[in-house]
Amino acid sequence: MKEKLVLIGNGMAGMRTIEELLKLAPDKYDITVFGAEPHGNYNRIMLSPVLAGDKTIDEIITHDVQWYQDHNIDLHTDTTVTAIDRVKREVIADDGSAVSYDRLILATGSNPFMLPLPGSELEGVISFRDINDVNTMIETAKTHNNAVVIGGGLLGLEAANGLMQQGMGVTVVHRSDTLMNQQLDHVAAGLMRVELEAKGLKFLMNHATQALMGSDRVEKVQFDDGTDIAADLVVMAIGVRPNTALAKKAGVLCDRGILVNDTLQTYTPNIYAVGECVQHREQTFGLVAPLFEQAKVCANHLANIGIAVYMTTATATQLKVTGIDLFSAGDFRGDGQSQSIIYKDPQRFIYKKLVIKNNTIIGIVLYGDTHDGQWYFSMLNEQQDISALRSTLVFGQQYCEHLEKVAV
Amino acid sequence: MAEVQITKTTCPYCGVGCGVLVNKTAEGVVSVQGDHDHPANYGRLCSKGAALAETIDLDGRLLQPSIDSVPVSWDEALDKVSSRLSHIVDQYGPDAVAFYVSGQLLTEDYYVANKLMKGFIGGANIDTNSRLCMSSAVAGYKRAFGSDAVPCNYEDLEQADLIVLVGSNLAWCHPVLFQRISKAKEQRLELTVVVIDPRKTASCDIADLHLAIEPGCDAMLFNGLLHYLHQQGGFDADFVANHTDGMTAALAAAQSASDLAVLAAYCGVDLQDLTQFFASYATTEKVVTLYSQGVNQSSSGTDKSNSIINCHLATGRIGKLGMGPFSITGQPNAMGGREVGGLSNQLAAHMELDNEQHHDLVSRFWQTDNLALTAGAKAVDMFQDVASGKIKAIWIMATNPVVSMPDANKVKKALEQCELVIVSDCEANTDTTACADILLPALAWGEKSGTVTNSERRISRQREFLARPGQAKADWWIMSEVAKRMGFESAFDYQNSADIFREHAALSGFENKGQRDFDISAFSEITDNDYQQFNPVQWPVNQQAMGGTKRLFTDKQFFTKNGRAQLIAIVPRKPVNKVSKQYPLLLNTGRVRDQWHTMTRTARSSKLNSHTAEPIVEIHQVDAAALGIEQGMLAIVASDRGEVLVRVQINESQQQGNVFIPIHWNQQFASNGRVDVLIDAHVDPISGQPEFKHTPVSVTPYRAVWHGFILSRRPLKLSDHAYWVTVKGQQFWRYELAGDRVIDDIESWTKLQLGDDGDWLAFEDQALGRYRAVKLLGDRLESVLFIAADHDLPSRTWLSQLFANDSITDEQRAGLLAGRPGAGLPDLGTLICACFGVGENTIIDVINNDKSSTVEKIGQCLKAGTNCGSCIPELKTLLANNT
Repeated sequence: MKEKLVLIGNGMAGMRTIEELLKLAPDKYDITVFGAEPHGNYNRIMLSPVLAGDKTIDEIITHDVQWYQDHNIDLHTDTTVTAIDRVKREVIADDGSAVSYDRLILATGSNPFMLPLPGSELEGVISFRDINDVNTMIETAKTHNNAVVIGGGLLGLEAANGLMQQGMGVTVVHRSDTLMNQQLDHVAAGLMRVELEAKGLKFLMNHATQALMGSDRVEKVQFDDGTDIAADLVVMAIGVRPNTALAKKAGVLCDRGILVNDTLQTYTPNIYAVGECVQHREQTFGLVAPLFEQAKVCANHLANIGIAVYMTTATATQLKVTGIDLFSAGDFRGDGQSQSIIYKDPQRFIYKKLVIKNNTIIGIVLYGDTHDGQWYFSMLNEQQDISALRSTLVFGQQYCEHLEKVAV
Repeated sequence: MAEVQITKTTCPYCGVGCGVLVNKTAEGVVSVQGDHDHPANYGRLCSKGAALAETIDLDGRLLQPSIDSVPVSWDEALDKVSSRLSHIVDQYGPDAVAFYVSGQLLTEDYYVANKLMKGFIGGANIDTNSRLCMSSAVAGYKRAFGSDAVPCNYEDLEQADLIVLVGSNLAWCHPVLFQRISKAKEQRLELTVVVIDPRKTASCDIADLHLAIEPGCDAMLFNGLLHYLHQQGGFDADFVANHTDGMTAALAAAQSASDLAVLAAYCGVDLQDLTQFFASYATTEKVVTLYSQGVNQSSSGTDKSNSIINCHLATGRIGKLGMGPFSITGQPNAMGGREVGGLSNQLAAHMELDNEQHHDLVSRFWQTDNLALTAGAKAVDMFQDVASGKIKAIWIMATNPVVSMPDANKVKKALEQCELVIVSDCEANTDTTACADILLPALAWGEKSGTVTNSERRISRQREFLARPGQAKADWWIMSEVAKRMGFESAFDYQNSADIFREHAALSGFENKGQRDFDISAFSEITDNDYQQFNPVQWPVNQQAMGGTKRLFTDKQFFTKNGRAQLIAIVPRKPVNKVSKQYPLLLNTGRVRDQWHTMTRTARSSKLNSHTAEPIVEIHQVDAAALGIEQGMLAIVASDRGEVLVRVQINESQQQGNVFIPIHWNQQFASNGRVDVLIDAHVDPISGQPEFKHTPVSVTPYRAVWHGFILSRRPLKLSDHAYWVTVKGQQFWRYELAGDRVIDDIESWTKLQLGDDGDWLAFEDQALGRYRAVKLLGDRLESVLFIAADHDLPSRTWLSQLFANDSITDEQRAGLLAGRPGAGLPDLGTLICACFGVGENTIIDVINNDKSSTVEKIGQCLKAGTNCGSCIPELKTLLANNT
């Protein structure tokens, strides 16, 4: 008789864990998957191209319903798990079903953080998290003109770009003077702002939102300096928080996220957690690379191989925002002991900064030319001594290989 | 087809005197090639000659007379010059005025200068920069032969079985002769070359034996040779007995060099090598000893040259095919200057000031009663007399003594204090024109017309093929006009240079009767037309030798009173200055391959500038290590006279304890590169030639706060940096820089240097003090600036090449701040072949691809070395290092 495995959260981290597990132990478990959204699994990262009209939803589905059937997985879409009975080893869903498990994976993801502003309940105030949000934005764009995106981070800029592609006039409101300050330094952010402004986005930097105004639908966004701007749609994109509600309710130990050890096991031994909902060694997650690594480790343990250990490594953000290539990794701001090597060609919107400490790369920001991102990143991870390459390092691998050849 | 005007002329650089064919299209585009008909070079040219067409633009030319920096008409200028000279002569006598002239003058100019000073002003204070170059050789010839007579012919170099190069880096200083010898050596395996030089120069490339003697040992060495030849029975007893005097005394003096082991130790060479050289000399009949500044520029230069000549007289190896003591001159017309008497201790046409008969003869010929009676001041004394105020007025023509004289700072100061400094030049800005009260614009090469004489006594024409620019005039015209205004109308009523040449030729034959070697009386009545058609010919050219004279002394008759050659008893003297604790290294000076004198002409050519872009000090690895000096860093080289700031080149060609600095750089091209400020003004007692090659110095690392370079499409007005060098490139200017002050705001500072317009790229590694910026105007490269805390900066070669393009590609743009292309795009490396612009890396690639490479194969592949051949020694070095 097979053991029973239940996955709560039909998203990228959870489903990657199932895939990895099927590779290792295809017949070990009867698998049940609960998903709150009414779809198969899709690539959430690709929501931006969908919003921008570059892709369709079908194109971003990674596991359609047929896939689950082919793999004998019992899929419950559009179904929210409301409770976990740790004693009975059973999950209860809002469709009334109760499914027992021998092992359980929590992959509940994260929730967008919504500012507790007056008016945030108004129609047209949304986040940018799932297909539903994307659909709302596309529909709104057909009938309304003024969009305001609160938050100049990665997600906010992608939303802004998408809305602009859908024909809306878009203003991005940002609290500080540095866009994407999780990934970019001031110079790179400045270049990005100039480039995005050239594409038609408007920016209100150093602006704090005080209230959203409107009768039914939002009409205005008001700031703490008393000024306001018209808004038919407000997208809040100021960050996400691990979704721990279900775990907490079930008594699985949580802090900011669901606490897991190096095998992705929670404090309840037969319950595992992966993805944006977890907190591992004080860290929570928002990028896809560590999630996939977690999936691998978790699957290894679920398959009873039990030798893999998850270690947080520096993560690199390599992405294209509205056609702009970016690469960011490590401590790109540096500290008193670090040194910077900088290359800039502002007319071409190229900027590269390598932060060096003890002759190793500890931080990387690449803007406009990310060709060598992975190369730098591997040196960062391997703590490679770069002294010999230092004079040409920022120019990229093809300059350093040449150097190595000459040196030989 | 466009009409091409072809002019036959002569190269204005070294004493080889190569024939040049100038092609000028109807549009005025000029190109040059070697003249295949000219016996000096038979079509060959060196890198400098081949680049002549690049040097004829009018940038920086002096084109207008001026008085106290105010432009004036010729009339005003000539009136001023003549009235002030006349006034000073009236007030203080003829010795209060001086002419300091040049081996760059044409013979006709030289003749007029000499005639005006000695014949009409009545003093003999006319001396020439040839004093710095070959006056010891002149004195040596005169002592031995009774006349300044170069016995040899270039053909002798090809016909010799042993060529001894003494103190001559022929490969760089007389490249075409070097090529002729190299070629002969390929064809005649019996031709042996011995190089005697403290430095392992490029000329050692063809040496079968290199005796790297310690500086200053030449005379002892040749005394030793004389003694050895005597011991070995190597004398031509008949010749010695019948045609020479002084052998006994000469041999007695040579006794101190009799012990070969002692001699070898004294000279710092292997006994075996020394013996090999002596044996080879003793057993080889056809020997040419070819010598140059390494012999001449010495406080005992005259003795050194006589020690060489002694050996040729002892063996009778003179006046015959393939033999002779052969002094090679540095300048295109040093010989012409000697012929007209342009040195202060000569009269005219190889006649002597202190000879009553000559005095009478010249007085009658010139129809003057004011002919100078006694010798004037030689160059060093002349400027000392300027400094002391004894000379009140000096007229400097076609030379740059503030750079080229020893103790050059003192010379500069003397000129600054002098009552009247007149400078005739074709350049507006030289270190010397900066000291002038009156500036007179002279014609340059290609504009002026006359004759020059090369090292083998061959007279050739320089011809004009360019329009005379601005108000520039021929030097002879300027002087004649001044002479007329001073009251000597009839004596200087020349219509053209042919007039002067006829007079010069007539004087040489005037009452000569075979007593004087210099006789070109065959041209006394040469027509203007024949003068135009003049073909190169070796003097004497007279009734007895209408076709010229290949070789002198074939009849074993010399120009001494008794017709016998004189052996001179040489007691070798060490150089005056000795190293000390404070100045422990010995400084040698000389030329680099692709520059000429003070660079006024060669620095116009980007090709020529790329061989050695900066003033350098060459130093041995061991000395460098002991002083904490690294390759490429800056160093202060100091003597008790002054100091220079130059780039270090660690170089095995230097002996330990010796350093070398080129003579060329000056205030126009470098912040502090005038090597002659270091040199003491010690001179040879007979020739008056200064000791340029033996100065005790210290070398100290210069710790600049920052190093850098700028390449700019336009010339820049730079801030006053501690170190700067200006180098003209192909469509750009290069500035090598170093500073002694921290740059606070490097971005603003950069824009101050380069101008703040345009688009900018920047690179910064602040921790290492590295900053680089590029300015673009659109896609066109405008300027680049590289700064670093140390001297380790990327090669300038690739960046330099980008200025040839009107726009740069994206791929190039990505490499701008790296200073080189990425993988896949070749970096040519340091330029080796100036003619075809072939770089070191390209050549190494070819060698690596074919390990059996030869100079010929490289030539077939890349053309490198196939034009002027000046880079062949470097190609060989590359081959040796890479196979």
